[in-house]
Amino acid sequence: MDRSPYIANAPSVGNIMFKVLLALIPGIAVYAWQFGGGVLITITLATITAVTTEALMLKLRRRPIAPFLMDYSAIITAWLLALAIPPLAPWWLIVVGTAFAIIIAKQLYGGLGYNPFNPAMIGYAVLLISFPALMTKWPAALSLAEAKLSFLAQLHYIFNQTLPANVTLDAITSATPLDYLKTQLKLQQSMSTIQSAPIFGALGTRGSEYVSLAYLFGGLYLWQQRIITWHLPFAFLATIAAISGVFWLIDPSQFANPVFHLFSGATFLAAFFIITDPVSGPTTPNGKLYFAAGIGIITYLIRVYGGYPDGIAFAVIFMNICVPLIDAYTQPRVFGHQK
Amino acid sequence: MNAPINIASLFKKTKDIFSFHGGVHPPENKAQSTRLPIGSLALPEKLVLPLRQHIGTIPKVKVAVGDYVLKGQLIAEAEGSVSAAIHAPTSGTIKAIDNAIIPHPSGLPDQCVTISPDGKDTWIERHPQDWKNGDINKLIASLRLSGIVGLGGATFPTQVKLRKNGKSEIHTLVINAAECEPYITCDDMLMRERNDQIVLGIQVAQRLLGAAKVVVGIEDNKPEAIEAMQTATANSDIQIKVVPTLYPSGDGRRLIQLVLGKEIPHDKRATEVGIQVFNVATVVALYRYFEFGEPSLSRIVSMTGNIVQPQNFEVLFGTPLMHLVNAAGGAKPDTSHFIMGGPMMGFNLPSTEVPITKAANCIIAASPTLFAPQPPAMPCIRCARCADACPVSLQPQELYWFAKADNFEKAQDYNLFDCIECGACSYVCPSNIPLVQYYRYAKSEIIALDKAKEAANLARERNEFRLARIEREKEERAAKHAARAQGAKSAKAEENNNVPASDKQAAIAAAIERAKAQKAAGNVAPKNTSEISPQTKAEIEAIDKRRKKAGLSDDKPLTTDAEKQAKIDAAIARAKAQKAAAGKADANSAEPESKQPVADAEKQAKIDAAIKRAKTLKAATAKPPTSDVNSKPVADAEKQAKIDAAIARAKAQKEAALKAKEQQTKED
Repeated sequence: MDRSPYIANAPSVGNIMFKVLLALIPGIAVYAWQFGGGVLITITLATITAVTTEALMLKLRRRPIAPFLMDYSAIITAWLLALAIPPLAPWWLIVVGTAFAIIIAKQLYGGLGYNPFNPAMIGYAVLLISFPALMTKWPAALSLAEAKLSFLAQLHYIFNQTLPANVTLDAITSATPLDYLKTQLKLQQSMSTIQSAPIFGALGTRGSEYVSLAYLFGGLYLWQQRIITWHLPFAFLATIAAISGVFWLIDPSQFANPVFHLFSGATFLAAFFIITDPVSGPTTPNGKLYFAAGIGIITYLIRVYGGYPDGIAFAVIFMNICVPLIDAYTQPRVFGHQK
Repeated sequence: MNAPINIASLFKKTKDIFSFHGGVHPPENKAQSTRLPIGSLALPEKLVLPLRQHIGTIPKVKVAVGDYVLKGQLIAEAEGSVSAAIHAPTSGTIKAIDNAIIPHPSGLPDQCVTISPDGKDTWIERHPQDWKNGDINKLIASLRLSGIVGLGGATFPTQVKLRKNGKSEIHTLVINAAECEPYITCDDMLMRERNDQIVLGIQVAQRLLGAAKVVVGIEDNKPEAIEAMQTATANSDIQIKVVPTLYPSGDGRRLIQLVLGKEIPHDKRATEVGIQVFNVATVVALYRYFEFGEPSLSRIVSMTGNIVQPQNFEVLFGTPLMHLVNAAGGAKPDTSHFIMGGPMMGFNLPSTEVPITKAANCIIAASPTLFAPQPPAMPCIRCARCADACPVSLQPQELYWFAKADNFEKAQDYNLFDCIECGACSYVCPSNIPLVQYYRYAKSEIIALDKAKEAANLARERNEFRLARIEREKEERAAKHAARAQGAKSAKAEENNNVPASDKQAAIAAAIERAKAQKAAGNVAPKNTSEISPQTKAEIEAIDKRRKKAGLSDDKPLTTDAEKQAKIDAAIARAKAQKAAAGKADANSAEPESKQPVADAEKQAKIDAAIKRAKTLKAATAKPPTSDVNSKPVADAEKQAKIDAAIARAKAQKEAALKAKEQQTKED
């Protein structure tokens, strides 16, 4: 090194991203335990697609391939997208989504560090808009499903979309609670009746509430490792809890309680892994609070009033647009300056 | 009964030290060089004294090659208001006064005086002064001959810091003993071994400044020094404040915040709010100067790093680097180069031939194992670790973005010039981006652009002023001719009486009218007055006033011939004097009048060309270091060279800017 500072003490970008992957593993493990190994197949497909498209794009853009593959950022995108879509979706769905995320949302904007939007969420939004039926066909937790598919059967289903002879599609899928809640409320069902349905667990969605706890665990690891600060997850979760709490207090028969909202959908995945993407997020401490609160509000509004069961992807993309504005207006006071 | 008092004192103690945002704590590496006491060196074979060892004007050499000088004899005297003298560190013969390589990142040679010691180390007659009772103003004035500069590394002439400016009274003296950079231990050792002199030095500074309060700030990684200082100051009202080890606590504004809880406004100096900061070594130099009549001849230097026996040495200024290196047992075989200063803000010494100067607090022998080469820079992922580390609460990631895009206006909006270049941001950057280099680059570019703009404005101003003067001269000449003609005619008129006086009068009036119209239409009132510096404005005003006083712009018609003649004569004399003065000031205005319009166009073209040239030059040479792998994967060497060039340029420009600033303050 021949310029000051001659010393450095920073984890490399690859190191940081690797820890993010590491922090996802408990969530993935619980996911596979609760819903079967299909998610592992989806993750594998997404990883292969991401690495391949990233390498291809880097080659086309005449950029060095190895250092950028070794930063693991493409793999994070792949895993987040794979965890966000239904795990038994046909194989090409995740391939198309991941390829879109890497090629369009990341590399065409300039690659790592230059993408204004969270690539995984762009991939998710594109899939949700293009293939709404496939994207809302969620498998039931194994503990609830009438028929439990083995790992091989899930593998077979992902690639061929054929089920074992005696199993129907309805036997392995179910509505998600967020979706169910919305449709049942439209049918004038009471909240207590709705929430007594088996798909509702103790906290949120049966099965995925454990996954949420595992994400929380991974998130705390990231916080402990100083990969993320408390601002984003705290502001996001607090906003969801606060806004759903207010609505619930006003009319508990029409609005689900805060715990349900926290432990349903992708709330915890988003809190610790999606909205914490540094590239497409704000950098100032206050900006992080506004950004995360914005995502929380929009997510809740989409969940309750919007056309989609979960609104995190759209909320993230919308708030990504606001990042330059947020950063500009939340500059901390500089030493020796008046605010 | 005692409990509440204890609690109160405890509370007070915790409230005693304040904090600043950010900061980093790199490995200290201070233990290596504190094992041995401060050592002394044998006289080297030669001493090379750069004239530029401080911030400010280069001192004026007072010796000639071949002169015999005594230890402590003045070699170069302070020139101008911000400058420092240089003395012979030992007795010997002046061998050379020429350019030699100096310890500067640019690696460029500069004026040096080389002394060949005679080995006798004979002192010149010394004149101790009674600093306890002597006249303060006289004592301060005498410091001009001391050669003392800030020994913390800033090398600002100490006399200037003590000089009364009449604007603000200093109430608090902060002694900077934080020594926050890793490896450096010269202040630590000084406090351990010469704390008595430090205390006396503090008393000197306190008396000269008239400061009521003295606070010494020491980082808590120097327990021996803290203890020594606490013992030494036990019977005084000097406060020792132990601050946490957190780089850059030794930065003046950060230290003031730490020990006093006072944030110096960004656009003010500490002195403007009554606080002055001195380094511990500087006050010792002050004490020795007054007590023993010893000018600044040496300093303590930490010789450490990849060296056989790291140690602090008392080193004469001008001592060749290798002499010091050898005294510390020599550099280990894998030493690649030497660094002056600490690992956070130091720089590579351009050669092993450089001398030790007043700024050299530490020399680190560097090796690839000690300072591993940085992996290539990756794109910024906006993780904002740099913002968390920045002691000024800047947004380094934004500044980087703006500097990289040459978006200098935005960079300034984000307070680029508040950056102290401490390197904390680079230290924590996961992408290994040389952030400080980008900021130095942006700063130097902005300064250069400002200078170019200023120069262009000045040239335009000068041109306009010149045009106005030419107009005025024409006018005056016309009046002179008219007067002469009239004089001749009036003589004739006695005889012929065929030219009516009214005609003459009318001709003169017409000439005056013409002149006035020209004046009104011309450039007397330049359009760009808003951009004129206050100095120039004052000048113009003064000239206008003079002119008015002389009646040149008087609108009253000239009545009597005698009056007229007198005025015309006066005008001619004035014009001549002004022309002479202007000719001196503006060599360009010597062109003959008939060529004027052509010359003006030519000049404008020249100015335009110069600006364009400067711009292309800048574009060609001064592109920012595009150093992340994303934009330029392979050209590492090229990148580095560019960055280095930018650093050198930045430093040189910074120095120039500082000098200019000093000049300004002097003139103020």
